[in-house]
Amino acid sequence: MATKLIPKELAKKPDRLSPGHRLCAGCAAPIVVRQILAAIDDPVVVANATGCLEVATTVYPYTAWRVPWVHSAFENAASTIAGIESAYRSMVRRGKIPDRNVKFLAFGGDGGTYDIGFQALSGALERGHQFVYICYNNEAYMNTGIQRSGATPLGAHTTTSPAGSVIPGKQQMRKDLTAIIAAHDIPYVAQAAPTQWKDLMEKVRKAVNCGGPAFINVLSSCNRGWRHETYETLEITQLAVDTCYWPLYEVENGVWRLTYKPKEKLPVEEWLRRQGRFRHLFRPENRHLIDELQAEVDRRWERLLFLCGETFSA
Amino acid sequence: MSKYEALTGDQAVATAMRQINPDVVAAYPITPQTETVEFFAEYVANGEVTTEFICVESEHSAMSACVGASLAGARVMTATSSQGLALMWEIVYIAASYRCPIVMSLVNRALSGPINIHCDHSDVMGMRDSGWIILFSENCQEAYDNIIQAVRIAEHPDVLLPVVVCQDGFITSHAMERVEVYDDAEVQAFVGTYRPKWSILDVDNPKTYGALHFYDYYYESKRQQAEAMAHAQRPILEVTNEFNRQFNRHYGLFEAYRLDDADVAIVVANSTAGTTKVVVDSLRAQGLKVGLLKPRVFRPFPAKELANALCHLKAVGVMDRSIAFGSMNNAGPLFLELTAALAIHGVHIPIADYIFGLGGRDIKPGEIESVYRDLLRIAETGKVERLVTYLSVRE
Repeated sequence: MATKLIPKELAKKPDRLSPGHRLCAGCAAPIVVRQILAAIDDPVVVANATGCLEVATTVYPYTAWRVPWVHSAFENAASTIAGIESAYRSMVRRGKIPDRNVKFLAFGGDGGTYDIGFQALSGALERGHQFVYICYNNEAYMNTGIQRSGATPLGAHTTTSPAGSVIPGKQQMRKDLTAIIAAHDIPYVAQAAPTQWKDLMEKVRKAVNCGGPAFINVLSSCNRGWRHETYETLEITQLAVDTCYWPLYEVENGVWRLTYKPKEKLPVEEWLRRQGRFRHLFRPENRHLIDELQAEVDRRWERLLFLCGETFSA
Repeated sequence: MSKYEALTGDQAVATAMRQINPDVVAAYPITPQTETVEFFAEYVANGEVTTEFICVESEHSAMSACVGASLAGARVMTATSSQGLALMWEIVYIAASYRCPIVMSLVNRALSGPINIHCDHSDVMGMRDSGWIILFSENCQEAYDNIIQAVRIAEHPDVLLPVVVCQDGFITSHAMERVEVYDDAEVQAFVGTYRPKWSILDVDNPKTYGALHFYDYYYESKRQQAEAMAHAQRPILEVTNEFNRQFNRHYGLFEAYRLDDADVAIVVANSTAGTTKVVVDSLRAQGLKVGLLKPRVFRPFPAKELANALCHLKAVGVMDRSIAFGSMNNAGPLFLELTAALAIHGVHIPIADYIFGLGGRDIKPGEIESVYRDLLRIAETGKVERLVTYLSVRE
């Protein structure tokens, strides 16, 4: 019997990511990781791409991981876990090791997933390895000093898309990676947020038991890059969900389903206003960027509603 | 019972891989192609091996998957060439530093650019300081034999380093030769079962692999890696000697061909050593005291042993199939390393370097003979007029 997804039961489980790691106060990554690991009762093996999560949890001779864990390089978390998973299947098949129903996870930030690790991820998904790839998506290369990535939203200030006097932040929309992964036609793809913890944990359970590769894109605020107070992490994350900037949904065997529909779809401005990285957008001359971003959020939301068989609603 | 088969170098390696039947093979056969992977894929498809074969989307992922599988405690092999190795480069270093006993077949082919695909040694020379054990093979038989030994060398508890087995692109890899293929059971008995000391699949004793090492620990981890390489020669020779006894071979750190009483010698690796033997025999028939030293174990570099083997000579010519650009006189890597070894071990004999065969340019017996004639002149005068000569190039 799987542990019930209720706090009282989950609290009894030993933490698989220990306290004492060096992630920043207010970072959503450890919240995401702990929710994910708590959702799985089986043994897990983790491969981690280079990034905040990796550097801050394994400063030798210490480690925060109470599960087997490996870091190899930036762009190869998917191919590394593919190797481990293949070795496991091979050695179980050959009777060298017992089948312990081990689950294989890869964690990568958006840089390691949307950009440099995209090829390795796409290849591993196509080959059908049984693993779950989690992108903890903080929308820029935060570990190395807040540089833009393919996940950075339009208009955001980063150190490589600075809000200057001529160019006001990032000039491009973010890539819709979740939809791109869904186009791989793997058994399970989802988008999630740590504020909806039960939704996330249910998605993790579906992912690890889907019998093939799975991918979950989890919005994970970085208060250093997003520029907000440390205590605002979850509040601002929920605004991304409620503005439909970051809709929660899943694609299970090709069937798209919204897993959360905000009672009232808030203007994206409500989410932008709370973050320093968008401050310059509120100057009159940049107002058009907010409008463009809103239009894009609306377009993608409506497409998602259509894909999910929901009715259009503004 | 062993039997003789007509095999290309690629087939010879694939045959060894079939007999070894590793737990995991991850490979990308296209940049450029080595047929080894195709032959192996056939073995998988026909049930001749039970290996988990991961046909990845790039060599970078091939080496990454190999590292993952090796950390899981699997016996792991891969094959590549040229640009493929170059693309693997980042993870090649990680494989060695994580002490993954991966065995790689490397068909030596020129690095771009311009794009070429034919034989030279620029690919392997790019990884010479990466922490891998490097073995050279003169012909298909040696490539086959080296792959079998490489498994035992890599997994030796006193080594635990990846091993790359080189053979010359096309000249060996695509040329059919007579190869003595040993009995499957004998090969399997020789390689035995890999019993890893650690595995990332040990979920009851979770361990962190590849933690972040700052200035307070990184240096020590590199020092340990150097120590492993420094101590690898003894286990390499143990495995080699056991192989020699069992399969009636005569491998060592290098092969000395008519070297004992020679006045001058060429040092050259891989297939050109075979051509050089023919030249040695013909010059010997004319009464010229020439010899050959063919390196087999290039990493760890057997500096002292090479110095001892060459110290009686009056002149040494190194033939390099790659250039160390910008090094002393734009010489080749083998020359530079051997020159240092001789100097350090107090062997002061004239030495010259001959770059040849880049991008698959043929090297003919006549050209090798011209090197010997050059060396005989140097031996007579004691003077090296040209430290580095580029053979048969239009200037």
